[in-house]
Amino acid sequence: MDKRAMIGSRIALEFKDGDYVNLGIGLPTLAVNYIPEGIHVVFQSENGMLGVGPNPAEGKEDKDMINAGGGYITALKGASFFDSALSFAIIRGGHIDATVLGALQVDQEGNLANWMIPGKMVPGMGGAMDLVTGARKVIVAMEHCDKYGNSKILKKCTLPLTAKGKVNLIITDMAVMEVCAEGLVLREIAAGTTIEDVKKVTDADLIIPDTVGCFG
Amino acid sequence: MAKLISAAEAANMIKPGSRVAIGGFLAVGAPECIIDAIVKQKIGDLHMIVIASDWEDRGVGKLVVANLIKSAQVSHLGTNRTIQAQMNSNQVQIELVPQGTLMERVRAAGAGLGGILTPTGLGTVVEEGKQVINLNSKNYILEPAIEADIAIIKAYKADKMGNLVFRKTARNSNPIMAMAGKITIAEVEEIVEIGELDPELIACPGVFVNYMVKCTEVAHG
Repeated sequence: MDKRAMIGSRIALEFKDGDYVNLGIGLPTLAVNYIPEGIHVVFQSENGMLGVGPNPAEGKEDKDMINAGGGYITALKGASFFDSALSFAIIRGGHIDATVLGALQVDQEGNLANWMIPGKMVPGMGGAMDLVTGARKVIVAMEHCDKYGNSKILKKCTLPLTAKGKVNLIITDMAVMEVCAEGLVLREIAAGTTIEDVKKVTDADLIIPDTVGCFG
Repeated sequence: MAKLISAAEAANMIKPGSRVAIGGFLAVGAPECIIDAIVKQKIGDLHMIVIASDWEDRGVGKLVVANLIKSAQVSHLGTNRTIQAQMNSNQVQIELVPQGTLMERVRAAGAGLGGILTPTGLGTVVEEGKQVINLNSKNYILEPAIEADIAIIKAYKADKMGNLVFRKTARNSNPIMAMAGKITIAEVEEIVEIGELDPELIACPGVFVNYMVKCTEVAHG
């Protein structure tokens, strides 16, 4: 399995039957391809829809049907449309079971930075701050290291935060880590990876429990 | 009754320097005909209240490219490099507002509220310089209402009273922005007689709509 499939398939295991889920653009959306049979998940798009379906076939796009990344989508049976204020009431009000987002940095205290690099890139937070604040479970899904090989999982984020102490779980191509009261706990490692491999490329202090699972 | 006017007349109601709330999300549900008329008439120095700065050739991105924007309250700029360059050169003053907070602040203005209390942004730069209020043992940021001189929005169908029906994800911020304008102008694709719209499906009642512009340029997929 390639890195992205590894992450996508592992995210999908976090969803329970009946969950309402918001997936960030990019890597997190891969999870839709791996939802286990018998698990029914309703996907939200924060521009105002529940019940997001697959991308339309070429030539079947509807100009009034986009997701939060601007890509064309379809509606599944049971879908609903609503305005942006209601959409964020759903998010901020704790009615979304899980949100999955990418990150520039995440740290062992559950802090997330994913919306700006001062002086370089200021795209704005969009809906990310509301999602991370309001969703019941916040999952960060990303490659373990940046393109220069540096750890994206730090003792303390250095970039401006998206939210403080809200991340619950980090899923990368190498490991699954849970943010707990006592610190960042290594729960699983990817097939073909060792605990030492993970520690070597993780800046954060990792707590290694007696049992560490395996995925992929 | 909402009075039917042309896109050019709608643009003329916007004075240079106005605070303009504009509907749409990444240009879906954006009032493109009115935006084109503003560009054509070069009405500038505008303060824009909008979810995103859209694309350079679609939605409010066209106002940005035409150098008509002086400042903005907006949640996302990532699809428009021009506004990022204008921000970096201080041509445009930007207040980045989390999208849910932006919607509630605009809604508050339309609903006669002074502001809102939200947990979004706690512990981030969004909190800086703002009052944090503790209620029932939880912290919230006090965020003031965002008022607009004029709102321009887009709907699918209207009746002659200005009752509006939207289509799919093109609804987005439109019913909210409609509430916040001292004057609200709705661009619509079709206008039907009073009584022809199902009252259960009206997502923005005509009480919020002062003027309508009919524009059928954009075809549906």
